[in-house]
Amino acid sequence: MSVQVGERESAGAPLLSVDGLTVSAGDGAEAAELVRGISFSIAAGERVGLIGESGSGKSLTALAIAGLLPAGLTAGGSALLGGVETIGASEAELRPLRGPAIGFVFQEPLTALDPLMRVGKQIAEPLRRHRRLRGAELDRAVAESLAEVRLEDPRLARAYPHELSGGQRQRIAIAIALAARPKLLVADEPTTALDVTVQAEVLGLLDRLVAERGMGLLFISHDLAVVAQQTSRVLVLRGGEAVERGTVADLVRAPQHPYTAQLVAHARALDAALDGAADGGSAAEDDRGRDAGGDA
Amino acid sequence: MSRRRSWSRRATLRLGLALVGIVVLVALVSLVWLPYALDDTSGGRLSAPSAEHLLGTDKLGRDLLSQLMVGARIALLVGIGSVVIATIIGVTIGLIAAFAAPWLDDSISALLDVAIAFPVLLTAMLIVALQPPSLGSAILAIGLGMSAVIARIARILAKRVVGSQYVTAARTSGTRTLGIVRRHVLPNIAPTLAVTLALQFGAAVLAEASLSYLGLGAPPPNASWGRLLQEAQGTVLEAPVGAIAPGIALVVLVLGVNFVADGLRDAADPTRRRRRSA
Repeated sequence: MSVQVGERESAGAPLLSVDGLTVSAGDGAEAAELVRGISFSIAAGERVGLIGESGSGKSLTALAIAGLLPAGLTAGGSALLGGVETIGASEAELRPLRGPAIGFVFQEPLTALDPLMRVGKQIAEPLRRHRRLRGAELDRAVAESLAEVRLEDPRLARAYPHELSGGQRQRIAIAIALAARPKLLVADEPTTALDVTVQAEVLGLLDRLVAERGMGLLFISHDLAVVAQQTSRVLVLRGGEAVERGTVADLVRAPQHPYTAQLVAHARALDAALDGAADGGSAAEDDRGRDAGGDA
Repeated sequence: MSRRRSWSRRATLRLGLALVGIVVLVALVSLVWLPYALDDTSGGRLSAPSAEHLLGTDKLGRDLLSQLMVGARIALLVGIGSVVIATIIGVTIGLIAAFAAPWLDDSISALLDVAIAFPVLLTAMLIVALQPPSLGSAILAIGLGMSAVIARIARILAKRVVGSQYVTAARTSGTRTLGIVRRHVLPNIAPTLAVTLALQFGAAVLAEASLSYLGLGAPPPNASWGRLLQEAQGTVLEAPVGAIAPGIALVVLVLGVNFVADGLRDAADPTRRRRRSA
């Protein structure tokens, strides 16, 4: 079966091709399907969004691809990651993929970092393991990783996670995920736990790094606006099924599924509320603003 | 309020360390100097405390202070020895269970529950009964008896760490299970485990005293405090110091160790740790 999929997708040689992925809890007759038959593929440099409410199976989909489902959940179907079938693969087969083939950034950086380990050491781990760096070379690579996520102060490497701000922690988490130079980055609600201004900074950073390195991106979020900004193609998940798929532009312009339409309507309502507030709030300031930015 | 509480917690830790420190100091001194040799019976039977024999002598004429000092050495040896044995066995079993498939985890925890149902002293007596009484077999027996308690706590603590997102995150970057144990699980369970180990240390000292009291501990002349208590039992009305002194020594060590555990619990409490850093 995996051979079939491989042949079908071989034209673009995708980083990831998922075909009929299922995730179920329990086994036998009592098994409950949490993810049902999801298919998509991501080529190098391509950005795909998974959007849906909590419990729609977005995160499980991503974890299943890397063989990281929590105990008690089993994956079915097929997922080819860098040409290797990961569904049903052994730990020994999966381990070399984790890091170089796929990297993860999670929602809550405070829980995704070991509270008792200095962040520099946590960045050093994948560098040591996958790039075989040691000693001074390793220290230099850690400093480079920090600089890449705009944390220039080298003293930060000696900090513990609880000593950093939310934005700094998420930058550290990104640095760890990128340390092994993954070809595909999975960002699972990477900014949901951050406040809005920090969110914009971190999204900008992710955007730049993905573009610079030509990575593939699987961006998971419940926020249509954020997904629209980060990705070009989107799958809308609901209750473990992909209810709609397409380019962001098509989805926003002409949503087919009622749930997608609802998402778009909500996003527009928020935008309208902002515009309304700006228009009604202070007309004078608005005028001045328009003069100043006249040619924009 | 919280400052006063933290002050009193620190005081508890200091008092505990001081009490344990006294015992450690006495044990160290006993290695290089004793008032009288253990087999020196020149003091006369059951003599009262005097300038020559600060705590008097026992029914064979041996100096009680010298025996008490050697007892400190034995008590510490028992505490350290059995806690080390219990930790090695218990943490290994606990970690295996925490990483194992659900059926194996369930079987291990069921077995642990059965093992814990037997009091440590009873388990230890069964093991000691299989071989001639010696200090080594008492330590081994107590260590084995306590390992189930340690295993259960290590399993619960490790499971919490294994389920945490930073372990998933470490796995996403390809860390092996052994690397996860070494780098993430052990450091994160250590603070809480240390409290349990300190408490178990006190329990081990008491268990050995009980075994010795029953005649199943270290044989003379290296008498433990428990054996001193047992030997003084028959003559407690004529020479009460013989029973009181080892009793006080036991209380000092066990109380000290428990105070240390209390102080450590405070240091291991993550909510307090966060407050301190804030």
